[in-house]
Amino acid sequence: MYSPTFAAPQSIDEAVRMLGADGAKPLSGGTDLIVQLKSGRNRPAAVVDLKKIPGLVGIEETADGFVIGAATAGAQLGEHARLVAAYPGIVEGAELIGSTQVQGRASLAGNLCNASPAADSVPCLAAAGAIAVVAGPNGEREMKVSDVPAGPGRTNLAKGEFIKSFKLKKPAAHSADAYLRFIPRTEMDIAVVGAGVNITRDGANGPIKSATVWLGAVAPTIVEVDASCIIGTSLDDATLAKLDAAAQSVCNPIDDKRGTIEYRTKVAGVLARRAASIAFKRAGER
Amino acid sequence: MAKTHVTATINGEETEFLCDGQQTMLDVLRDEMGLTGSKEGCGSGDCGACSIIVDGRLVCSCLMFGAEAEGTEIMTIEGMADGENLHPLQQKFLEHAALQCGFCTPGVLVASKALLDKNPNPTEEQARYWLAGNLCRCTGYDKIIEAVMDAAAEMRGE
Repeated sequence: MYSPTFAAPQSIDEAVRMLGADGAKPLSGGTDLIVQLKSGRNRPAAVVDLKKIPGLVGIEETADGFVIGAATAGAQLGEHARLVAAYPGIVEGAELIGSTQVQGRASLAGNLCNASPAADSVPCLAAAGAIAVVAGPNGEREMKVSDVPAGPGRTNLAKGEFIKSFKLKKPAAHSADAYLRFIPRTEMDIAVVGAGVNITRDGANGPIKSATVWLGAVAPTIVEVDASCIIGTSLDDATLAKLDAAAQSVCNPIDDKRGTIEYRTKVAGVLARRAASIAFKRAGER
Repeated sequence: MAKTHVTATINGEETEFLCDGQQTMLDVLRDEMGLTGSKEGCGSGDCGACSIIVDGRLVCSCLMFGAEAEGTEIMTIEGMADGENLHPLQQKFLEHAALQCGFCTPGVLVASKALLDKNPNPTEEQARYWLAGNLCRCTGYDKIIEAVMDAAAEMRGE
């Protein structure tokens, strides 16, 4: 009977060595990996649990911002008041993943590296310019989170590489983010469209100084929307219409029973507008 | 295949077991320990019937490898009553008839306990969201929520 070997290394070096072997897979929360293993879709020869490595679980606030251990569970993000205050959109994306039980395990690195185009935590991480710190056989390197997904189920990590942590810079004054997704039911479903927006305003009552907008579930990977049309504005209706059109123009979605191409494209425009409005309002409150 | 030797505290007792790499914590509880209160509904983390508390955190035992339990403190439905004395949640589930077939009940009870451990005074909305990962096809949920809210009030001494 199929059974992988199991190991829980205590250090990055040990994990790198183990994950260099053919068929070895890193384990964070396991909410995707274990389901895939049981269904036969993914049959790793070795499972390498990263959670015993110091720093892989937990959130550290530094002078530069936050360092989030790759295997930190979603529930822990929601319990970290300072992170919630700084990046409400990242946390609301992560907390939309699954039930309370899944929240107790599911991690940012798992959500990113499972590489579903609909991964809820990814658009806001990308919008925040989050950096993934990657460990591997050739040492450490940093990648933008938005450069990690390569397509459904595929990443740009090389063989033996895994994410160790995420770095988030200290948010600029009067900046905030927001995430919205559309699903056909009220809870625990896969996004038909997701939109993450990060906005910095020029003063609490000022116009938008900078903005980044990323969409999920409307292309093989997350896609960035050209948000130049909202810079210098306070999101009047005409500006929101331009953002709507810009969001629709980058969509390249699949057509399935959960949403047609036309539907997903239209909803992407709507969610981009609404998430931008929420982020704009939040940014004015800080 | 080499098995992993695991030491964990299960329902207050230090416990040792051997498991192989594909066994989930649910497999270990049911097949190795004879703790069959945790149920396998879906085996994919959707139904919550296998809910347990690991180091204070509610998880689906079907979404955790047995080998990951090393050094953890685990509570299962078997650890809920105090000997012959039912936990207030269990008692209220009986009084409110918050179960019919009973298959989901161990998971719902463990999840409800995790809620009240964290938040002794939840709103009905908070209780409903917290328990959204525990599927019940019999009760329609209203009686479950009534029982949880009643147990919470009793445990607060109201």
